[in-house]
Amino acid sequence: MVSTSGTAEIDATSATDDFGRDYRRRDFINIAAVSAAGVGGVAVLVPLISQMAPSKDVLAESTTELDVGAIQPGQAIKAVFRKQPVFIRNLTPQEIAAADAVPAASLRDPQTLEERTKEGRTNWLITMGVCTHLGCVPLGAGEGENRGEFGGYFCPCHGSSYDTAGRIRKGPAPTNLVVPDYEFTSDTTVLIG
Amino acid sequence: MSFPWARHYEPKAPLMRYLDEKLPLPRFVYNAVGAGYPVPRNLSYFWNFGVLAGFCLMLQIVTGVILAMHYSANALVAFNSVEHIMRDVNWGWMLRYAHANGASFFFAVIYIHIFRGLFYGSYKPPREMIWLLGVVIFLLMMATAFMGYVLPWGQMSFWGAKVITGLFGAIPLVGEPLQIWLLGGYAPDNAALNRFYSLHFLLPFVIAGCVILHIWALHIPGSSNPTGVEVKDESDTVPFHPYYTAKDGFGLGVFLLIYCAVVFFLPNTLGHPDNYIPANPLSTPAHIVPEWYFWPFYAILRAFTADFLLPAKLWGVLAMFSAILCWFFLPWLDRSPVRSGHHRPMFKWFFVALVVDMLVLFYCGGAPAEEPYVMISQLATAYYFLHFLVILPIVSLIERPTPLPYSITEAVLGEQVESGLEKGEYAQPAV
Repeated sequence: MVSTSGTAEIDATSATDDFGRDYRRRDFINIAAVSAAGVGGVAVLVPLISQMAPSKDVLAESTTELDVGAIQPGQAIKAVFRKQPVFIRNLTPQEIAAADAVPAASLRDPQTLEERTKEGRTNWLITMGVCTHLGCVPLGAGEGENRGEFGGYFCPCHGSSYDTAGRIRKGPAPTNLVVPDYEFTSDTTVLIG
Repeated sequence: MSFPWARHYEPKAPLMRYLDEKLPLPRFVYNAVGAGYPVPRNLSYFWNFGVLAGFCLMLQIVTGVILAMHYSANALVAFNSVEHIMRDVNWGWMLRYAHANGASFFFAVIYIHIFRGLFYGSYKPPREMIWLLGVVIFLLMMATAFMGYVLPWGQMSFWGAKVITGLFGAIPLVGEPLQIWLLGGYAPDNAALNRFYSLHFLLPFVIAGCVILHIWALHIPGSSNPTGVEVKDESDTVPFHPYYTAKDGFGLGVFLLIYCAVVFFLPNTLGHPDNYIPANPLSTPAHIVPEWYFWPFYAILRAFTADFLLPAKLWGVLAMFSAILCWFFLPWLDRSPVRSGHHRPMFKWFFVALVVDMLVLFYCGGAPAEEPYVMISQLATAYYFLHFLVILPIVSLIERPTPLPYSITEAVLGEQVESGLEKGEYAQPAV
């Protein structure tokens, strides 16, 4: 029985390095081929992963324009921004005073009402209607809803209470209700996003 | 189930020894596609296409599962959801083109794989079961590809669904109720689209199961080889790894170059422009043809134009299915004990004739249903069945094969190699 056949000669292209190790041309080809396949394989992951990120039509829904002229002081409306509720509240002078009366440094997420509104329009509190705890929609924007013990919003899922500036005051939520990017394009028109 | 000289898996690292005791997956891989699986040393690149077909199946499953994340199987929105994939989903255009062309490449690879088997007698004992499973896989592929083509819900999708389910309408007595049952209606609509989608998702996994059986059955006798002479001793084989992992890897690289060239530069070449028109039940496209990989069988379907005992419609359907079903009987139709076409001087030329015949059918299947293509299809169809049912059995009886090499090693290295067996002695197939 022939156990092996063919001959494996060290080919003439081998070289010896400073440590006396042999390198053959085949070693180089082997490493180059496997590396190229590896790089190609990793590159394929880019489309396979990024296809799950928001598609172009979802990103195209990333602005919402609203007419807020009809909202009276003390009223709030719910609008939709990126398929999520956004609260637009016209604060009363009492609510503004209540928010300003609290020293910001004493809060879990220290912010003043001025920092959460646009200059000259501190009565317009525009926040996401998404509790920063686990994403439920807090109550308080609708007529007659429970606004919690701080008079702002109250999340019924796990009992987070927000004050009249939408800041977290009690309960498990870690941060204030998020203020989205927005601007007043006229006295009564808001562009969110 | 391997040859006695197969290397044994010996894990050295403690973790690998632990794993080998609890779940010997590395051992399984080592014995299946590693150094523990001896393979004939003389395989040509025609033996690369099984691995390529397996790669295509994985490619189709991965891209298909992703497309399913973005596709909606509802007749109202299906067409638009495909355009949504093309225009809005990140890399969606690439994934869809990769999937649609992946189907074409899968079939191209499979056809080469099948004709490799036909020429080298891979369907002969002891490998009949591998062949039979392969025919099952091919039938499942055809069903899967057809249902996948319906999903974009364009004109060709719709009329393809109507025509192909119409084949079942040809069956006597139960035909029409059967067609209505298949579609869940009188014409393709939401019900048909949803069930095709469901089955299009299911069948690839059924195929994957059959592929596992196909490979399992293959690993009992081991691969055939271009000489058709069975492995006799260790010098006839090399370990699968690194020899055939490297060779298959190179072949895969070449395949991917061609595939990527088509996906990125010619993505619609193999498709039909009509399928970018939303499905319209009131208007059939002027020239309706299936995808190219069905053309030979489509030509056989259309070759029957006159009633003879049975209606022409039924003849066409019977002939089309028989054209593939006769492959199931191939191991018993070809009685020649010599496997490889290289050693069969008559068979060799009839094989070439069969390839030419298939190409003629292929061309006629893609051509309009008019003369001279109908007549050519009829002649080519007749020859197709003549080849399998008459020529192969007769050739295998009267042909005088050329002498086989004593062994694979002798075929590769010449006769000077020492050997334990007497010259001219025919060893039994390896058990």
